[in-house]
Amino acid sequence: MRNYMLVVLAALLLTGCPAQPPKDDDSGSQQGTDNQSVSDSAQTNKLDDTNKTEGTSFNVGDEPYRKDAINDASSPLSQQTIYFDFNASTIKDEHRDLVTWHGRYLASNPDMKVRLEGHTDERGSREYNVALGDRRAQAVSRMLMFQGATNKQIEVVSFGEEKPVALEHDEASWSQNRRVQLVYEAM
Amino acid sequence: MMKKISLLFAVLIFWCSSAYAILDVEITQGTEDALPIAVIPFSWAGTEKQPELNWSDVVSSDLLRSGRFAPVPENELLSRPQSNEKIDFNTWRVGAIDHLVVGSVSPAGNKKYTVQFQLFDVYKGEQLLGYSLTTDMKSLRYTAHHISDLIFQQLTGQKGAFNTKVAYVTVKRDLGVSSYKLEVSDTDGFNPVTVLTSSQPIMSPSWSPDGTRLAYVSFENNHAQIYTQILSSGERYKVSEFKGLNGAPVWSPDGKKLAVTLSKDGNPDVYILTLKTKSLSRLTRHWGIDTEPAWMPDNQTIVFTSNRSGKPQLYKVKGIGQKPRRITFEGEYNASAEISKDGQKIAFVYKDEKGFKIASMDLETGVIDVLTDGPLDESPSFAPNGSMILYAEGERAALAAVSSDGRFKQRLVAKDGEVREPTWSPFLK
Repeated sequence: MRNYMLVVLAALLLTGCPAQPPKDDDSGSQQGTDNQSVSDSAQTNKLDDTNKTEGTSFNVGDEPYRKDAINDASSPLSQQTIYFDFNASTIKDEHRDLVTWHGRYLASNPDMKVRLEGHTDERGSREYNVALGDRRAQAVSRMLMFQGATNKQIEVVSFGEEKPVALEHDEASWSQNRRVQLVYEAM
Repeated sequence: MMKKISLLFAVLIFWCSSAYAILDVEITQGTEDALPIAVIPFSWAGTEKQPELNWSDVVSSDLLRSGRFAPVPENELLSRPQSNEKIDFNTWRVGAIDHLVVGSVSPAGNKKYTVQFQLFDVYKGEQLLGYSLTTDMKSLRYTAHHISDLIFQQLTGQKGAFNTKVAYVTVKRDLGVSSYKLEVSDTDGFNPVTVLTSSQPIMSPSWSPDGTRLAYVSFENNHAQIYTQILSSGERYKVSEFKGLNGAPVWSPDGKKLAVTLSKDGNPDVYILTLKTKSLSRLTRHWGIDTEPAWMPDNQTIVFTSNRSGKPQLYKVKGIGQKPRRITFEGEYNASAEISKDGQKIAFVYKDEKGFKIASMDLETGVIDVLTDGPLDESPSFAPNGSMILYAEGERAALAAVSSDGRFKQRLVAKDGEVREPTWSPFLK
């Protein structure tokens, strides 16, 4: 428990990214699971580069997937929250790179574990929201495993609408609450 | 794991008589055809100090909360006849009061009391009910609610539900630390008892049909697990801790099974857990979300929420191996069904352009009535006599109740913190 690392809510990737229409979960990820250079991998990704801010390019340091990168504010891996549209569990285009990088991080660090905590906004019924949060976390889990993370490294839990980070009853709060948080832990 | 459980305390001090209400009740929408009734303050016939209970206030408040009666406020009473006096019915006829209740309390020795009351039809000048009840210090409020039940049944023909309980979850947030409590109180918010306290979410309380146990979901071990707990002893049992979701427990009408939602086979589906044998049968089988089961009185048919059509809608399945049939077609979000005890109606969360509201549907005709105004209403629960539906108002973090015809509304506000997921008990023995 003491090894849980803090979830950093860096808004780096979010600011300035226009929302994309949801697509099927795994369709955007074309890369293998090798440790090719990271800036390369970002380029080979079949996403529309015009929608990216500068912060999304992953070229920090020589060892982008070194173990402590998840705690380095200058690494995109310190961004550990994925956001969703209302009643949707599809990973949005603007978050695909980030999930891909986390998948490669796990593949490169087999002694690291991640707990995927699925959350929803407060709207609608509570148990349906728990199920929706589970689907969100499962969508992230599948994408991480596609990049080489293993079953043993991933734990999925859904809290539905029970643990909001923003408490107002408006879209500004709701959009922050519809999320999957990656909580890293050493094995 | 044991250490964590010891951090929690599951306490139960049952039915201690206290004058403390955890919820404040305010009537937010009255009805014009509520029956005018006057409940005269009960007289005290003893020489010592009388037991601390305002009998007429408890009975008046009960009748008011039912939405069917308009009790005269105590300070507007035209006169205060006592039970043995001759009542001048003309005074009350002029005041357009239909019914009159008079009563008295006297010591019966051995710390017991005799409570007598009479219900009169003002226009006929006739006594409709007359009872003499024995009670003790611990049962004062219980006896007062019993009087309300007797009056309600006499005048409406429907069984009263004033002596039932409500289970609900409260949350207090303090500097980022949350404290969750599962509580049970009388339906007027008095006699609150904490069933479970945790720093992690508690969800989805469900009453056993005999009213002696609750099933609920607890995240106390950082993932969802389903427990059942005996209310009188506090003894509890972990009944489901599969990988993934363990949610939405609902007791079968015969008390032998729980319908639950599990995702152990890949995605959320409804399963039936037989409590004695711990055997599990899968009820739904679909790649979408299937959850929020509710039992029909036949102990077999289940209504549940599924997004198999793309959006959440309600479906009905007549037991294991049967094909689910969709039952809601109006609106893009229908979820969280609760079935009335007679099996004729369902209450559920219904979305329109103004938000999430509570609606009811007649299962025979399919006619939908939208009962509340939203915007974040959820967790409907029928009174055991079907007269009212309790629900949670998400925006105010308060509980509310609406008569099943939608005409009468009240709000129950927690004195401290948020309150949610109300679940009305069955009739209690």
